[in-house]
Amino acid sequence: MADAAEHQAVPTEDESRRDFLLHATLATGAVGVAVSMWPLINSMNPAADTLALSSVEASLAGLQEGQAITISWRGKPVFVRYRTAVEIEEARSERWQDMPDPQPDEERVQDDRYLIVIGVCTHLGCIPLGQKTTETRGDYGGYFCPCHGSHYDLSARIRRGPAPANLEVPEYIFLSETNIRIG
Amino acid sequence: MSTEKSWGTQAFDWFEERLPIVSFIDNTVGSKYPAPKNLNYFWNFGALAGFVMVIMILTGILLAMSYTPHVDHAFQSVERIMRDVNSGWLLRYMHANGASFFFIVVYIHIFRGLYYGSYKAPREVLWWLGIIIMLIMMMTAFTGYVLPWGQMSFWGATVITNLFSAIPVIGDEIVTLLWGGFSVDNPTLNRFFALHFLMPFVLVGVVILHVWALHIPGSNNPLGINATPKDKIPFHPYYTAKDVFGLGVFLLVYFTVVFWFPNAMGHTDNYIPANPLSTPAHIVPEWYFLPFYAILRSIDDKLTGVILMFGSILILFVIPWLDTSRVRSATFRPIFRVLFWIFLIDCVVLTWCGAQLPEGIPLILTRVGTFWYFFHFLVLMPVIGWIETPRPLPTSISTPVVAKPAE
Ligand code: HEM
Ligand code: FES
Repeated sequence: MADAAEHQAVPTEDESRRDFLLHATLATGAVGVAVSMWPLINSMNPAADTLALSSVEASLAGLQEGQAITISWRGKPVFVRYRTAVEIEEARSERWQDMPDPQPDEERVQDDRYLIVIGVCTHLGCIPLGQKTTETRGDYGGYFCPCHGSHYDLSARIRRGPAPANLEVPEYIFLSETNIRIG
Repeated sequence: MSTEKSWGTQAFDWFEERLPIVSFIDNTVGSKYPAPKNLNYFWNFGALAGFVMVIMILTGILLAMSYTPHVDHAFQSVERIMRDVNSGWLLRYMHANGASFFFIVVYIHIFRGLYYGSYKAPREVLWWLGIIIMLIMMMTAFTGYVLPWGQMSFWGATVITNLFSAIPVIGDEIVTLLWGGFSVDNPTLNRFFALHFLMPFVLVGVVILHVWALHIPGSNNPLGINATPKDKIPFHPYYTAKDVFGLGVFLLVYFTVVFWFPNAMGHTDNYIPANPLSTPAHIVPEWYFLPFYAILRSIDDKLTGVILMFGSILILFVIPWLDTSRVRSATFRPIFRVLFWIFLIDCVVLTWCGAQLPEGIPLILTRVGTFWYFFHFLVLMPVIGWIETPRPLPTSISTPVVAKPAE
């Protein structure tokens, strides 16, 4: 009874103070829960040993003009193609400004001859055809992804189909004339 | 004293007073649950779906006892289940075909709801829970299909997880998070197994909510009108008997496939071990995903395709409001009924298109079919509700039955 009477005596001040305490506690709790979720979610991200596997070296010495090899990097294929002079010429003669993902061939290669790209279609991740001589290279002479019909050109730029972007150029450096390190 | 209750009854009453579980079951699917007396065989499919779910969990747990979720061993462990584990072939064929039959049963269940207007007031939440069940089933089936680690497992997982890369800005981060690496690999297989084990039990939880929501208004019926107490009969023994008969028919069909055509609904390429460096020439998802896959490929733009695909399922959440007619059953809606069948055909056509290469005539059909899918829900449903004159509704379920001889 005494409590109730006291409570009634100063209703507004007391109640707004209680409301404040309540809301502050709830807000702190909510932020705490949100923050503590992060390590749980982050545990699903690549682990340290997975990240450690992220570079590979390869020799291009055996590769002849017009040939291609595939290197496995981070579980994905990397396409290396030793382009012929005609192919380089073709990749550079067309207006890149009008392409779906505009980029000049010069920006996509370090050594004009070697086209080095990740062989994963930028649509939904299939591996495009065109590395083997028996495979179709699509309407633009580069690569063709059969999954949903994306055509890439001799610079592995997307030209037609649902893929939104050119095949990605991985980070790589030439350790020597014919040795590369990817990643 | 001798006229008093028997010892057994007393023990039963003692227990019921403390945990009234038997009366709870009796109220849910027993003699105390009154159901409309005119339910037809399309009302069997809910109970059937529940039964298939039990089969899936049972066979799944037994498979998990012999399965190894590691990229170097998964394929071999499934082959070992097929060849060496006692009845392993049966468990696996029951599980793999069980997934297909689960979808057959649930799709029929959903089209039943679309025809008889079961999504309309007061059953909107019941309908929502049904769509959530379908989504959980899809995630479960997708993660399960990855486990044998064949070519289709691997490339299906790659293509579907990559759908999330269409999300602007954070898409790639999300995909890396899903993979636990830079491509579909061992961490992916591991987590998919964990999720595939978990989700069926989440499914059970949502199914319980679904049945709870069903019991608030009670079952709809082929006439779509509200059933009066006079129009109802006890679920047990009437519908338990009918459900068991339906179950018998179902089991005949299911085991015919399990025993004689166990791979008819699967893809042969999944008997080739996963190869991350070579995509099969023609990848297709399991048949139950084909209409959605077709919608994904209907358009030459990644983000739009993904939005349309998810939209084709999410749109189901709002159809209780897109349908402007208050008459539930299509039986009394002359125009809607025709549109229902066209829509059903549209879904079949999309299913076929999903299995074809997206070029030429299949591509045109895919586009027309996708257009019609959304046109049906977004335009026809609201408009037909306004302009259509429904046939007169009977005043009660008993009326037409009783009146028939007089006709
Ligand atoms: C909602 C119910 C479920 C559905 C729709 C479902 C679906 C699937 C599918 C489509 C496969 C691939 C079958 C194949 O081609 O080999 C599969 C495999 C598997 N599932 Fe399930 N599953 C369900 C419940 C469960 C449960 C509850 C468990 C374990 C507790 C489980 C454990 C497994 C295992 C170990 C495999 C790999 C062996 C195999 O490939 O046959 N499943 N599941
Ligand atoms: S994954 Fe290459 S076109 Fe879809």
